[in-house]
Amino acid sequence: MSSVICEVSKYLMIILFSFYTWDCFSVFLRKTKEGQAIIFHRQNVWLFMLHLTGYLVLFEQTKNPKLLLFFGVQVIFFRIVVNSYRLLYEHAAQLLVNNMCMLMAVGFLILTRLSYDKAVRQFVIAAVSMVIALGIPFLVKKIRFIRKLTWLYAVVGLGALMVVAALGATSYGAKISYTIAGITIQPTEFVKIIFVFFVAGMLHQSTEFKHVVLTTCLAAAHVIVLVFSRDLGGALIFFVVYLVMLYVAAKNPFYFIGGLAAGCAASAIAYRLFAHVRVRVVAWQDPLSVIDNEGYQICQSLFAIGTGGWFGAGLNQGQPEKIPVVEQDFVFSAISEELGGIFSLCLIMVCMSCFLMFLNIAMQLKDSYYKLVALGLGTTYGFQVFLTIGGVIKFIPSTGVTLPLVSYGGSSLFGTIIIFAIIQGFYISRESEA
Amino acid sequence: MQKSEKKNTSANREFAVIVYCFIGLFLCTMGYFAYFQFAKSEEFINNSYNTRQEKFAETVIRGNIVSADGQILAETKTDEEGNETRVYPYSNLFSHIVGYATEKYGRSGIESWMNFNLLRSNTFFLEKTMDKLTDEKSPGDNVITTLDSSMQTAAYMAMGSYRGAIVVMEPATGKILAMVSKPDFDPNTISENWDWIVADENAESLLVNRASQGLYPPGSTFKIVTALEYLREHPDSYQEYAYHCSGSIQVENSKLSCFSGEVHGDVDLRQSFVKSCNTSFANIGLSLDRARFGKTCRDLLFNQSLPVEKLDTSKSSFVLAEDSSTSEVMESAIGQGKTLVTPLHMLMIVSAAANDGALMRPYVVDSVQSDASGIVKQYQASSYGNLMTKEEARILQEYMRETVESGTASRLKGMSYQAYGKTGSAEFGTNKGDSHAWFVGYAHREDKEDIAVAVIMEQAGIGSTYAVPAAKYIFDTYYQ
Repeated sequence: MSSVICEVSKYLMIILFSFYTWDCFSVFLRKTKEGQAIIFHRQNVWLFMLHLTGYLVLFEQTKNPKLLLFFGVQVIFFRIVVNSYRLLYEHAAQLLVNNMCMLMAVGFLILTRLSYDKAVRQFVIAAVSMVIALGIPFLVKKIRFIRKLTWLYAVVGLGALMVVAALGATSYGAKISYTIAGITIQPTEFVKIIFVFFVAGMLHQSTEFKHVVLTTCLAAAHVIVLVFSRDLGGALIFFVVYLVMLYVAAKNPFYFIGGLAAGCAASAIAYRLFAHVRVRVVAWQDPLSVIDNEGYQICQSLFAIGTGGWFGAGLNQGQPEKIPVVEQDFVFSAISEELGGIFSLCLIMVCMSCFLMFLNIAMQLKDSYYKLVALGLGTTYGFQVFLTIGGVIKFIPSTGVTLPLVSYGGSSLFGTIIIFAIIQGFYISRESEA
Repeated sequence: MQKSEKKNTSANREFAVIVYCFIGLFLCTMGYFAYFQFAKSEEFINNSYNTRQEKFAETVIRGNIVSADGQILAETKTDEEGNETRVYPYSNLFSHIVGYATEKYGRSGIESWMNFNLLRSNTFFLEKTMDKLTDEKSPGDNVITTLDSSMQTAAYMAMGSYRGAIVVMEPATGKILAMVSKPDFDPNTISENWDWIVADENAESLLVNRASQGLYPPGSTFKIVTALEYLREHPDSYQEYAYHCSGSIQVENSKLSCFSGEVHGDVDLRQSFVKSCNTSFANIGLSLDRARFGKTCRDLLFNQSLPVEKLDTSKSSFVLAEDSSTSEVMESAIGQGKTLVTPLHMLMIVSAAANDGALMRPYVVDSVQSDASGIVKQYQASSYGNLMTKEEARILQEYMRETVESGTASRLKGMSYQAYGKTGSAEFGTNKGDSHAWFVGYAHREDKEDIAVAVIMEQAGIGSTYAVPAAKYIFDTYYQ
């Protein structure tokens, strides 16, 4: 009987998530606010049904009563998030709120399956972050001096990165975390945000050549420090974000093309200089041939994705724990194995929907400083999604970054929620301007 | 107002470019994901490191492995208490190619390569759901091989008590009809006998499939390759080649003799091949361009992985450099020296010659079928490309035909079929005279597909005396 529930629920969850994903895009076909509101409401129904189904299966299999309580608390949490945005901010971008909740719900679900304790920790951090984040749109409206602190951003950002590079703990070959008073944080996740404000501030001032050179040097300093911390994923994100912002601010395609060429040259040099870069490339080219060493992780990931197939093995039916650091960088593989390939494709589309919303909002903004910030944050998010998913499915070499809102990790989760809140703040202030 | 609007749209042009770039990235990622699921995932799923396969055994009864003529080669029997036993009705006969599947000692052969397919059930959806409701196991899919039970039996008999390997395949399709490796084992009792099978003192390497993994000196069968290289270097004048064989050849300090002191007298290329004249071929070897010889061998798949799926193969090796010594060059030209081949590889070279130069990839799994829904997956014959030109193949065919008519393989003469081939007696180790008996060749008769055969019998002696009769037995069985 148990296996029947698992089997049926598997398909049900795929169907619910497909409906949800469809609504992410179909909402733009509706012209009226009322029509859109119906769809947003419907999305919440899919969300809660999917969440309920997932936890029912988990409870059915583990018979752990704590799960029911945990599930109940999560439902309340999601209700509060959805409603408080509606109540506090009349003009909030509801699609972003829904997507944020959906991604977190999928994250909680797969984390609960992988490790109950980690899921609870993740949830606590999410709850605290949301409380802070709810205030951010209000702050964005009120505080106008944030755009004047450009140099401070550079100093703080670079400083934080250098502290990690010098003192940070090494995990999987990269120095990315730093422990203060028992709390381990990954400063890169916050520096990403500060960096966007810094670049926006600089380029908003002027896009004259000299000024661009100065900005480029400072941005390059960020990237170089990250390369020396061996945080390749982080370095790539900073690089691409800067390139995109420069291109848009200066409206000069040569910056973009030239930057990409410089990036390729730098990658080639890094490949020759650093063994840890070569290892990743070898593992990407032919993981099965180096399965005992460099290729182990990516092979396990591909075993998981492949064996899961289009429909997945069902929750608790796979072996995602075989993949090293599955809760963090490889959470996508775990989802793909147990919830299926179709579910995973929907997940990518939901992430894409978030990115499109970010850029859509950036385009609608009048204030060119905010425009740049929104663009930078959107690119940060979008490119990180691409890096992590592309990496675990062996489309590109794996760079070890997390899937925002889904992967386990407090800094990443908090940072992403802040990004969503800042964009939300821009959107709300624009709406009230109009 | 209008002006600012215009400015806003143009400012958004760069935004649009970025949006399109990222949509492109996302779509490529999704596309690759789909491509992986459709095309690449099987390679990973079937990997022996993938422990997820075991999980399937909990809900599925492992499927059967069946020969092309419908005989069951492996099946799972369940007793009243629900205990499952893997049964191999032919015991030792198919031991290496069908392989074994044990909980404790892993898997080999088709049991290993097709493990995932055997544990997947494509019965009707409703039936599967019913099975789940009643906690019954669903039947796994069956793997239909290209192996023919009568050909396998013939090859097994032909081997007699020798160690070695025989492979039989259709040059036109690449279908493997038989693959025997000896010494063998009984997969029915492998778990009980495991310690004995892998024991150190048991130096026979019972589990190695010699047909595709055993590396042997090719001996005179390699003259096919040397002759081909000579043809390539002298496309217009190869017929003018002339040599006087006095039974041995001495260049500098290196000496080399014809097999068992034979003297062949005046020979051209064709007679050198037909009589398998070592001294003449050593003479040819010295005249060849080493770089081009190396390239020809690479073209013929030496020093690289064979283009074969679902068979564990070893890489053959051919080593000849600019600074190789004279004796190495002479040895290499007659298939001694450092050159090593697998029987399957030699068979592929001969098959390409038989097939006018085109190599078909050897394959052993024909299809995956389910009791309920028929064919789940059909494997097709596929061409690797040309190993040699049609003209080169034609000349080699002629030489191999003549070898049967008047040369070292004359025991195949005068049958209902036309046989072609090359014998070999490959010396190994330090004892002069100890040799492996080789035969590679094929046979043709209008009413049936051609078949090609590679035979190697370890330490048997002369190819024409031991390996040729084995091949004859196989051809006779096929064309009877």
